[in-house]
Amino acid sequence: MPLAWLVIIVLAIATAGYVVGRSRALSAAGGNARGLHSLPVYYGANVALKIIVPAFGIMILWLLAQPWVIERSVATIIPDSAVAEGSNRGLVMAEVRRTASGIVNAVASGEMSRDVAEEQPGDLEEFTQRLKDAGQVVTSTLSAPVVAAAQRYNVLSATGALYMAGLVVLASLAGLVFGISESRPDFRARNVVEQGVRALLIGAASIAILTTLGIVLSLVFNTIEFFRLYPASHYFFSLEWAPSFSGRGGSSELGVLPLLWGTFYISIVALIVAVPIGLFAAIYLSEYASHRTRAFAKPLLEVLAGIPTIVYGLFALLTVGPLLVSVFGDGGLLGVDWQGGGRAVITAGGVMGIMLIPFVSSLSDDIINAVPQAMRDGSYGLGATKSETIRQVVLPAALPGIVGAVLLAASRAIGETMIVVLGAGAAARLSLNPFEAMTTVTAKIVSQLTGDSDFASPEALVAFALGMTLFILTLGLNVVALYIVRTYREQYD
Amino acid sequence: MNDMRQVERTVDTGQHKITAKNVQVHYGDTHAIKDVNVNIEDKTVTAFIGPSGCGKSTFLRCINRMNDTIDICRVTGDILIDGEDIYDKKVDPVQLRAKVGMVFQKPNPFPKSIYDNIAYGPRIHGLARNKAELDEIVEKSLRRGAIWDEVKDRLHAPGTGLSGGQQQRLCIARAVATEPEVLLMDEPCSALDPIATAQVEELIDELRRNYSVVIVTHSMQQAARVSQKTAFFHLGNLVEYGETGQIFTNPNDPRTESYITGRIG
Ligand SMILES: Nc1ncnc2c1ncn2[C@@H]1O[C@H](COP(=O)(O)OP(=O)(O)O)[C@@H](O)[C@H]1O
Ligand SMILES: [Mg+2]
Repeated sequence: MPLAWLVIIVLAIATAGYVVGRSRALSAAGGNARGLHSLPVYYGANVALKIIVPAFGIMILWLLAQPWVIERSVATIIPDSAVAEGSNRGLVMAEVRRTASGIVNAVASGEMSRDVAEEQPGDLEEFTQRLKDAGQVVTSTLSAPVVAAAQRYNVLSATGALYMAGLVVLASLAGLVFGISESRPDFRARNVVEQGVRALLIGAASIAILTTLGIVLSLVFNTIEFFRLYPASHYFFSLEWAPSFSGRGGSSELGVLPLLWGTFYISIVALIVAVPIGLFAAIYLSEYASHRTRAFAKPLLEVLAGIPTIVYGLFALLTVGPLLVSVFGDGGLLGVDWQGGGRAVITAGGVMGIMLIPFVSSLSDDIINAVPQAMRDGSYGLGATKSETIRQVVLPAALPGIVGAVLLAASRAIGETMIVVLGAGAAARLSLNPFEAMTTVTAKIVSQLTGDSDFASPEALVAFALGMTLFILTLGLNVVALYIVRTYREQYD
Repeated sequence: MNDMRQVERTVDTGQHKITAKNVQVHYGDTHAIKDVNVNIEDKTVTAFIGPSGCGKSTFLRCINRMNDTIDICRVTGDILIDGEDIYDKKVDPVQLRAKVGMVFQKPNPFPKSIYDNIAYGPRIHGLARNKAELDEIVEKSLRRGAIWDEVKDRLHAPGTGLSGGQQQRLCIARAVATEPEVLLMDEPCSALDPIATAQVEELIDELRRNYSVVIVTHSMQQAARVSQKTAFFHLGNLVEYGETGQIFTNPNDPRTESYITGRIG
């Protein structure tokens, strides 16, 4: 039974429970709502809660636990001899899962009869071919233990799903009976529902936190897995990035340094563009612009922040790149031949800088505005001009905050992907030449995971290690930036 | 009318530093200063008193054109310093403010060291030719601000780390460092405790030897203690101006009398 049906059944029972609970309470009070402790709707809602909470609770827990339990029991089927040299149990289990879902899909599309799917296949070649015909991803001829394990996997899953459905329906019926029995006039339904609402809100908040935690944990575990397959010393210190997708492991060089260098270089170029322009724009807006100009220019500048980065990427690829080539390239305006192609550090960095301008200017503007007017008055009162006041009093006072803003912008630049993919190219390179193509950590994460990738190979798992590296970098930057911004805020409060 | 004539007679005998003629100030539609005429003497402390919102600060800020920094503020009439119209097109307000120093209600040291706070004005106006001269100016100003002994050992500590009273004396020293001829003070003691207030008042009395000091104050005792001349403002009008002793003991205008005895304000 598909999950959707189960959900609909539970919701139907809950709706019925709501209606019944409400009218039960009313009739128990002789049709007079004043005789009830709470409004009738609360009695209905109470019954619905008593149905939904346990039913969905069981469903979620079961769905989380089932794959884990099944995998443990299936794994015993596969003998150690079936694990090939240079592979490991994790890789074989991934193949089992793929085969299992392949069989299910093949049956569902009618390419394979139910009997064939469940019996031990006589001819493995033919069985594999059937799956291939059904459009399932099967790379090589399946081995007998894998097929057996996959079939067992499917049987266990089906039984598990059946048990779960039964249990969930039972739980909701039990909830219905219990909830209705509670619908007496003196029952404090309102308080119970309030508690339920509170739990719901807490739940929403926890989901946000738990997801973050989950993301971090998945990064951590996969990173650990990666370092089991690939030597950490190579990852951190190798000067070469040359993944190979043909041979599994061994022949790849997965050094992070060229990628970090690319990230660093492009971000620096971006900041060189964004910081002066953003800062000057902020100074103009907060110190010189009239109210009318400001009211009109500030939102306009912030529109830049709303442009999707892929559009910036297109801009880099189709406009800025060719433009730069026509200046710095062969036969260009300067008569030099520095830039071979449109994709270069300077292209991606420049466009990324444009993307960061509103970021820097908006934050700096807030910070400059927070410098007390008394400070400016003090300076004007001594006969300083406007620009002297800004340079020598306002900016120094705002400096810590501006540094914080720049660091936040830097962490945005480090995490940026689309502009790099389109503007900087895909070649990992350790070079100082800004007119050369280079690539970054983020862009490589994308390319390592696009296409057919085997999630158990170091070439794919390296994406998690790269993600972790990036996460630690930006987290560190953000912490420092927020710390600086906060200490600065305290200064005037 | 009689009173005004009497005021003018007494003032005419002194040496005029600042002369205001028919000064009107508008903030947008608000008429904040209404036709004020006054002569302020050199080497004298002049106190501006009056209820809140009567325009004391506004008029004070006219004297060094600080009102120029407020977009909606419009000043008409003439203000002369040493006979020169400061609202004349030829006058650079920035230069003027170096000549007419100002101390604000809340101490506002810059977030710089004590030394740099004082050196700020002299550096901007190029008053020192070398480091030694600048050191000398800083020391002299801090001495005039009666704060040298307290800070001489920590000139490079931040000015914001001083106590409120010290900060205000630092701000006075900072204003003095540009060698102004007139010193404007807008309620300089309102954020200070009594001891710090006493120190600043003593300092103001010292400053009278070199400068023409104009001080806005909320405290009539303070006006009586530090000033020789007092001007009473009410609803944007200059109601009465004269010798401090005479204003406090024998005011001519009934409004002045009511204010001094605490009936309006
Ligand atoms: N920046 C300003 N913008 C608009 N109105 C102002 C401004 N400053 C002062 N005013 C108005 O001008 C009048 C005089 O204010 P002010 O000179 O500050 O009074 P005082 O210093 O005597 O308390 C008040 O009515 C006040 O509301
Ligand atoms: Mg005032």
